[in-house]
Amino acid sequence: MLSRSFFLKILSGALIFGAWEFAGRTGVNYALPTFLESMKALIDMTISGLIFKAYADTLRPLVVGVLISAFIGIGIGVWVGLSEKFDWLISPIFIIMQAAPLAALIPLLIMAYGIGLTSKVFVVCIMAMPVIVLNTSVAVKNTPSSVKEMARSFLGSRKDVILKIIIPSASPVIFAGLRLGVSAGFIGAILAELKITPTGVGDIISYSRMTADYPSMYAAIFSIILLAVIFLNILEKIEDVLFKGNNQGYIS
Amino acid sequence: MSNDQVENAVTVKNVYKNYGDVEALRDLSLEFPKGQLTSLLGPSGCGKTTLLKIIAGLLPATQGEVLVNGQQVNKPGPDRAFVFQDFALMPWASVIRNVAFGLELRGVNKSERESIAIKYIKDVGLTGFEHSYPHELSGGMRQRVGLARALSVDSPVLLMDEPFSAVDEQTRRKFQEDLLNLVKNENKTFIFVTHSIEEAVYVSDQVALLLPRPSRVSEIIKPSSFKNKDINSIRKDSEYLDTVERIWKSLRSYVE
Amino acid sequence: MYLFGYRLPGMSSLILWGLLWEILGQMEVSFFLPPLTAIFSTLGEIYNSKAFIRALYETGYSFLAGVFFAVIIGIPTGILMGKNKLLDELLLPWVNTFMSAPLTALVPVLMVLFGFGLKSIIITTTLFAIWIIILNSRAGVMQINRSLVDMANSFGASPIDAFIKIYFWAALPEILGGVRIGFIRAVKGVIIAQLLISIVGFGALFELYSSRFLMTHFWAVIIVLFALAFTLSELLGMLARKVDYYASKRN
Repeated sequence: MLSRSFFLKILSGALIFGAWEFAGRTGVNYALPTFLESMKALIDMTISGLIFKAYADTLRPLVVGVLISAFIGIGIGVWVGLSEKFDWLISPIFIIMQAAPLAALIPLLIMAYGIGLTSKVFVVCIMAMPVIVLNTSVAVKNTPSSVKEMARSFLGSRKDVILKIIIPSASPVIFAGLRLGVSAGFIGAILAELKITPTGVGDIISYSRMTADYPSMYAAIFSIILLAVIFLNILEKIEDVLFKGNNQGYIS
Repeated sequence: MSNDQVENAVTVKNVYKNYGDVEALRDLSLEFPKGQLTSLLGPSGCGKTTLLKIIAGLLPATQGEVLVNGQQVNKPGPDRAFVFQDFALMPWASVIRNVAFGLELRGVNKSERESIAIKYIKDVGLTGFEHSYPHELSGGMRQRVGLARALSVDSPVLLMDEPFSAVDEQTRRKFQEDLLNLVKNENKTFIFVTHSIEEAVYVSDQVALLLPRPSRVSEIIKPSSFKNKDINSIRKDSEYLDTVERIWKSLRSYVE
Repeated sequence: MYLFGYRLPGMSSLILWGLLWEILGQMEVSFFLPPLTAIFSTLGEIYNSKAFIRALYETGYSFLAGVFFAVIIGIPTGILMGKNKLLDELLLPWVNTFMSAPLTALVPVLMVLFGFGLKSIIITTTLFAIWIIILNSRAGVMQINRSLVDMANSFGASPIDAFIKIYFWAALPEILGGVRIGFIRAVKGVIIAQLLISIVGFGALFELYSSRFLMTHFWAVIIVLFALAFTLSELLGMLARKVDYYASKRN
């Protein structure tokens, strides 16, 4: 029943945004603008083009960081999955990185690399890389041994086994790892803008907070969350199409 | 009631079951004589498990009625106990708690229900495993736990949904022999769903052959001559072999 | 990994990395990488200093309060969503949204709404942890073996009995899995919130150390934090593995 589910989505949205509007109007908190005020601020920003300029700045470290994490992360992950020695050597570092609050390293990154793009890219990388490495290595390790044995029994070389069996069989989980990496990268990119130097969306948030222009602040936050959620949903849809819904990431 | 007629423990009268537009059961009527074992046999998709769950009160019938000892039923009751195909044991509970669970839900106090459970654990041959957990047992032993749980509530009707399909062939044969003894010794009515022709003919007093599209009872077969024979010679009995052959002939057209 | 026929323990390569760190530190490769021994001797000095204990206390307090709310709100919400279709359809889009949303962006909002104190940090921590707990509890309840539910019904279990004796236990592996991931996310959340609010807990300590370029102090705190986070994650992993035997196949 598509219509029922669609109706409920609208209802659910209306309830939450209605509650926001109501809370804003009653003035429970001076710093809570209404939903409509915030949306108006967002439309103003869109018309003036401010928001597009901001996103160009915000997305640069994110894209660079995620690309670096993807290449290095998948490379390390495959190697860890294939080699027991390398697994023993490298895995503990990423297991700790996965559990640890890596954001604590940001002050150090600022000291070492200054407040420019490099530090921000680093923040995105340390957030995104662990989940990519761990998902890739687990996926490679979990390749069904019967399929690997099949390839060897038909005289496949080591290279054949890796390229034609292991990588294709691991790709759904690797892709899911990438999606989770992007999700973590968003957290890192925004954290970098709020903590290191205010640029892009982080600048709008910080500036409008200082000038007490709360509708603009909420509008900027609303838009970045919306952007992240839409982008991650598109990635999930791509995953569903590519791998026919057999996605199984390891969330953390 | 006349002398040559047996009393029925369960009667199914004109039962219909629809899932949306799909007709699972149409106008199905069947009688289950007291103290006997009736098999519901048929190819997959013939609605035999659906019928069993309707009798159990786990599924509502779209139309029609089910009588247990003359009383109409539409929900589970203490007069019926269920044995599940996948055992339905609680993995977090020990054997004794699993066996006593039906009694626990009926509010029987702990010492009483455990002493009853111990008796039935002994009956199914699992003495010594009272405090084991399901994952420590083999498939056959798990189903013995499921059986002990169903026996411990002492219901007059036992509903068994392909109870032996998830155990290995040797265990299965042992179970079938045990089941024959159980029917002989316990004064209970058994309703037994299976898709194995040999199993149905071997254990049943009455085999109801169900056919799909639409689901209906196509035939009721009452094997008789080998019922009082020695358990070990049934599988060589000529009536047994003929009955198996006859059922296969009526079923084979439904197998792709 | 085997060496001379002996199996090396899982995390033993860290000793090798520690040695490498020490050597690089002694060689003074970088100002930012002091030798490990120097870091540990600093740790010996600061571990009972007032500032450190205060930071640890404030962090621990916000963390525990944050996960407490995430658990007591998250688990019942998830179970209810798994059992009630209408509630599920109303809430699931929002849970999924916040699950993938970059929650860092919400910290400035919390700061203006709830001030620059522990309250904002606790709420951030809860927000980081709660969504995965809800989703996992929901998934756990939804994949309860159909025949276990039938079994409870066939013995005439009351709704409360079924809930306490079957649903909760049957969903326990997934619930614990969600709580474990939620706790790990909460650790990250509590640190991110402190970094952004930066006048409380380790956030304040980091500001202090980095403004004075106290590298060994800085690393000492980092190592303590990482070790605590890792220990917590392993402990919860052990707990989750205890019920793992019936997580995937439920017989």
